[in-house]
Amino acid sequence: MAEIQTDCRTSTHAEPCREIDPGSVIPVVDEIITQYRSTRGALIPVLQSVQNLLGYLPKEILTHISRELSIPYSEVAGVVTFYSFFSTTPRGKHIIRVCLGTACYVRGGKEVLQALTRELKIKVGQTTDDHQFSLEIGRCFGACGLAPVVMIDEDVHQRVKPNAIGLLLAAYRDDDDQDRGGSDEKA
Amino acid sequence: MHRITINGISTEADQNTTILAAATQMGIHIPTLCHLEGLSPTGACRVCVVEIEGAGHLAAACSTPVRDGMVIRTHSKRVREARTTVVELLLSEHEGDCQTCQRSSDCELRELARELRVLENRYTGEKPMTMIDASTPALYRDSGKCIKCRRCVEVCTGMQHVGALFPQYRGFDTTIGPAFSSSLDLAVCVQCGQCAAVCPVGAIIEQSHIEQVLSALEDPNKQVIVQTAPAIRAALGECFDLPPGTLVTGRMVSALRRLGFDAVFDTNFTADLTIMEEGTELLMRLRDKLLLKLPQVPLPMFTSCSPGWIQFAEYYYPELLANISTCKSPQQMFGAVAKTYYAQKLQIDPKDLVVVSIMPCTAKKYEAAREEMHSSGYRDVDYVLTTRELGDLIHLSGIDFIDLPDDTMDDPLGISTGAADIFANSGGVMEAALRTVYFITTGRSLPARDLHIEPLAGMEGVKTATVLLQDTVDAWKFLEGVQASVAVAHGLGNAAQLMDRITADPDEFLFVEIMSCPGGCIGGGGQPRFTTDAIRTARMAAIFAADEGKTLRESHTNPAVMQLYDEFLGSPLSSKSHHLLHTQYRKKQQS
Repeated sequence: MAEIQTDCRTSTHAEPCREIDPGSVIPVVDEIITQYRSTRGALIPVLQSVQNLLGYLPKEILTHISRELSIPYSEVAGVVTFYSFFSTTPRGKHIIRVCLGTACYVRGGKEVLQALTRELKIKVGQTTDDHQFSLEIGRCFGACGLAPVVMIDEDVHQRVKPNAIGLLLAAYRDDDDQDRGGSDEKA
Repeated sequence: MHRITINGISTEADQNTTILAAATQMGIHIPTLCHLEGLSPTGACRVCVVEIEGAGHLAAACSTPVRDGMVIRTHSKRVREARTTVVELLLSEHEGDCQTCQRSSDCELRELARELRVLENRYTGEKPMTMIDASTPALYRDSGKCIKCRRCVEVCTGMQHVGALFPQYRGFDTTIGPAFSSSLDLAVCVQCGQCAAVCPVGAIIEQSHIEQVLSALEDPNKQVIVQTAPAIRAALGECFDLPPGTLVTGRMVSALRRLGFDAVFDTNFTADLTIMEEGTELLMRLRDKLLLKLPQVPLPMFTSCSPGWIQFAEYYYPELLANISTCKSPQQMFGAVAKTYYAQKLQIDPKDLVVVSIMPCTAKKYEAAREEMHSSGYRDVDYVLTTRELGDLIHLSGIDFIDLPDDTMDDPLGISTGAADIFANSGGVMEAALRTVYFITTGRSLPARDLHIEPLAGMEGVKTATVLLQDTVDAWKFLEGVQASVAVAHGLGNAAQLMDRITADPDEFLFVEIMSCPGGCIGGGGQPRFTTDAIRTARMAAIFAADEGKTLRESHTNPAVMQLYDEFLGSPLSSKSHHLLHTQYRKKQQS
């Protein structure tokens, strides 16, 4: 795969995510499409790879994928809007996903979400002004025994308490190598 | 063969049969909502659930194949209760302003609720947000009424290969529509209206021109004339509960006269004119290729009557646009001729002439609004009513359609041949063209039984035929012995399949007819609901009967068309013809 100069990666990249010029990344997107073109059900892996690369899915890129894979744009958009994992706007350096699946909801997921919106001063689907955090809702990470669960990037945080949110975010905000307290379990 | 038992009655069913099909064969009616004949079942609505002995949960009859030894109950208490709940939940998310809904008389959800005796609704929660989309000239969408059955998605994607509509977002927030729930004008949509034809509720309907037509009819300063497409006469009766396939030409003319139109004309007239222009155009292309040996003559030539097909080509086959006949559709030829030739004959200012079309089609509303369609100096066709809208207008005006006496179309734009009638059927434009092209090149009528080219009739998606040109007259000697190979496709999915075949072998055919809708115009997006293949076949038979009932059955024998050439146009493809009757196409960007 060709190298790409972009500061938009989902989780581990140093710079926060900004809007990119879609035209400049078409060759790399085409490489991804080529990898999957002959496979059945190519759309979702292509979308995942492109989002991993760019940090989000610009609409110009989605129309390009639609044409290249001969899948109607309405269907591409239907898949992107169905899965909360996909985003069409640039997202922050860290993605916070609050699980509101049944178990987490019952055990206080909603209160955790409220605490996060207060703390970050953004709504679900938005990104903080400093591009540090994006807030999203998840629908079950398969860690119901640890409810309520919050995922920040790849880290799963278990039995999160609303009043401990500040502490949880601080570890990411500073972006040093201190222990972030996430369990090793991956979603 | 599988032996199955439905409601205690034992029977045999083929192993690929669904429970729904097996039950229907036994005379057992299982209610359905999302199910559409001929398209893959989505099982989205769950209305057709049935109980299978030994299975834990209910199964959707439309998408469950029979298995040997299956014992099925289609109307048990458990099934009835489940269906009731399903319908109650659908109703709970449906913006049901039934009394003022355009679909109040033929709403399938309302009929279903009645059939299942849903007499109250236990679920009265939040309703989804209503978004009105009136962004296109042809279609009007109301998301509040949508019940997400996905029939429109199936026809738009599965049948038409357009893919303008798809479920967007998730759960309660789901809407059916273009990408990111944008308006339809921003999507690749050809406005064929097949979505509106299959919508069970009032979520997709045509943009109505009824009010504009009424205003024009009531304006004393306007001359209002009407043209009726060939497909209307075979379907309008269904708006008045006549059996599909009842030919109502005479009563339709009476009704239009009673509505107050100053003259009742026929799109058939310009269908004959189209054949003169398009047939000549085809012969010129053949001369360029075969006699003059010019390079890159765009063959095969494609027909151009169907505005949905034109847009489909502009989006998806821009490299083939030169192959499409430059002829405008009969609707637009009529408008251009009416506002020039007819206005001059009447000695009226064309600005005071209002041309109304009755069309089986929603895309015709779009076509009339295209900027190219102003060659008279005015908008050539002012308003377009679908067959359904004409039915509504007749009801609204207190006309008892069933008992109307027969009347005939007016001179001169109401005179037509049988070749024009068959424009309504898939394969008909091709047959009409071949009748005239054969006559021009050989001096004889097409040597086919009853003038019909049988392989081109019927519901097969792609149809082909060859006609041998023999004993040609002197002017067309270079065509002697040519096997004129032609192809016909209806439904844009079939058209796409044929385009791929032509791209692979450009020399296989000389002339190709494409119609956007299954069955052709008789199955158009503006025809009375609900159109099945049986209804399409009945309408087709009525159209052939209309053709066979005429004394003149070849376009070049239409005396009024000949008079138009003598008095006004000169000859086919003259400069005046080019200005008024021909157009051009342009590539459109997909999404």
